[in-house]
Amino acid sequence: MKLVTGIIQPHRLDDVKSALEAAGVRGMTVSEASGYGRQKGHTEVYRGAEYKVDLVPKVRIEVLAEDDVALTVTDVIVKAAQTGKIGDGKVWTVPVDDIARVRTGEHGHEAL
Amino acid sequence: MEFALDSGNTAWMLASASLVLLMTPGLAFFYGGMVRSKSVLNIMMMSFGAMGVVGIIYVLWGYSMSFGSDVGGIIGNPFDVFGLENLTDADGILAGSGVPALVGVGFQATFAIITVALISGSLPERVKFGAWLAFSAAWVTFAYFPLAHMVWGGGLLSGSEDGIAAKLFGTTDGAATVSPIDFAGGTVVHINAGVAGLVLALIIGKRKGFGKEPFRPHNLPFVMLGAALLWFGWFGFNAGSAGAADGVAGLAWVNTTVATCAAMLGWLVTEKLRDGHATSLGAASGVVAGLVAITPAAAALSPVGSIILGVVAGVLCALAVGLKYKFGYDDSLDVVGVHLVGGLTGTVLIGLLSTDTGLFYGHGAKQLVVQIVIAVAAVIVSAVVTAIIGYIIKATSGWRVSEEAEAGGIDLAVHGESAYETVSAGRIVTEVKA
Repeated sequence: MKLVTGIIQPHRLDDVKSALEAAGVRGMTVSEASGYGRQKGHTEVYRGAEYKVDLVPKVRIEVLAEDDVALTVTDVIVKAAQTGKIGDGKVWTVPVDDIARVRTGEHGHEAL
Repeated sequence: MEFALDSGNTAWMLASASLVLLMTPGLAFFYGGMVRSKSVLNIMMMSFGAMGVVGIIYVLWGYSMSFGSDVGGIIGNPFDVFGLENLTDADGILAGSGVPALVGVGFQATFAIITVALISGSLPERVKFGAWLAFSAAWVTFAYFPLAHMVWGGGLLSGSEDGIAAKLFGTTDGAATVSPIDFAGGTVVHINAGVAGLVLALIIGKRKGFGKEPFRPHNLPFVMLGAALLWFGWFGFNAGSAGAADGVAGLAWVNTTVATCAAMLGWLVTEKLRDGHATSLGAASGVVAGLVAITPAAAALSPVGSIILGVVAGVLCALAVGLKYKFGYDDSLDVVGVHLVGGLTGTVLIGLLSTDTGLFYGHGAKQLVVQIVIAVAAVIVSAVVTAIIGYIIKATSGWRVSEEAEAGGIDLAVHGESAYETVSAGRIVTEVKA
């Protein structure tokens, strides 16, 4: 089992969500995040005083998937989130030891 | 003198007084949006606190000290109409336009309140609430009332035959030949508050992290809302200062509007050229700069002259707000850059732009000299009185909250409240007792 985490531009969320649903993904967790990569931040000026804003708003998507589906999930997210500009984000995959479904107490593949 | 009620004028003055009173909560929003989210309640409470303290003082001895019988050209006798006892309509400040004395008192009280509240913009996020209330009471008594008396109550800075202007250029028919012009409070309100803000910022010191950490305005829509309320209320301030519902009020209304429009555009163009963007904070600030500058001049200029005054004020104030970083004083919300610079601009430019007496209209430089004299006098009175009160409070109760309280947020430390319920504010309610 894998955890696929994507950090994407907030305005791409709707397309990514629809694409994942179309690909058969039945659940995900979405949260607001902030950070920077090569995009770096921007400056804002208030009454002549310049503020450098390093962290820019992003959205984090997390999807739990079987090993053989994880790569597809990654590709779907990348394709739907891509604009080709700096700041599009990153997607990574890590192995997951165990998953438990809170409602039933099932473990492992049953809980997925 | 027999008093004859004029219901039209009285209705307008009651409306004007109510408009000016609304400016102070408007100011609370204007300032509130500019501070950090952990300090918004405290800065808004400084405005409301000033309403509480000054409103009562005005009725007790404020009116009497401003408009009571003259003592040495400096102050009115506080015991003349202490508590408004013995005040008759025939002796009221607006008796000439048929407005009852108490209506005049109410109108003037709202000016005293907003002037004190303006000062809070130079010291948010770091001072004790009690110290602020004590300062409000002392400052309005020893700085505002004397200056109001000197300028509007027939004292040294008025057009009376014993005033400075009369000493400079002589008298005609028992009044100064060249009378100082401060229609609605360029000296009494804005220069006075602006200087007080500067002096207090120097005495009290910077916020922790000033110039290093970001102090971004936390809610710009609040700032825009505040500017809108101030603009609306200012019609009472300026058009109401005509003291009647007449053509002078109409001129003041139009001048107030066009000067404000011009100042907003002047500020926006300045920052577009300098910083690359026309900002909402710039628009709101330009609005207030224009309102401030036209305040003393609203009845003395033509509408076109008011546009010129507005542009000059907008550009100058947009440039002046950067001074605090150069000189290292934390006038947090630019009381100096907007009210002192705007007030000086309006007061002095009357000498050039006044249609009846100004240099540009072929009347020589006498009005300009008189305007500079009353501006400088207001600066000196305000600086000296504010410094004395400021240092007394510093030596006794002290001004500042603890460093921990400042870092953790003055709202929680001083008022026991937080403005917004957020997880990042580190405050999750776990228990409710009713």
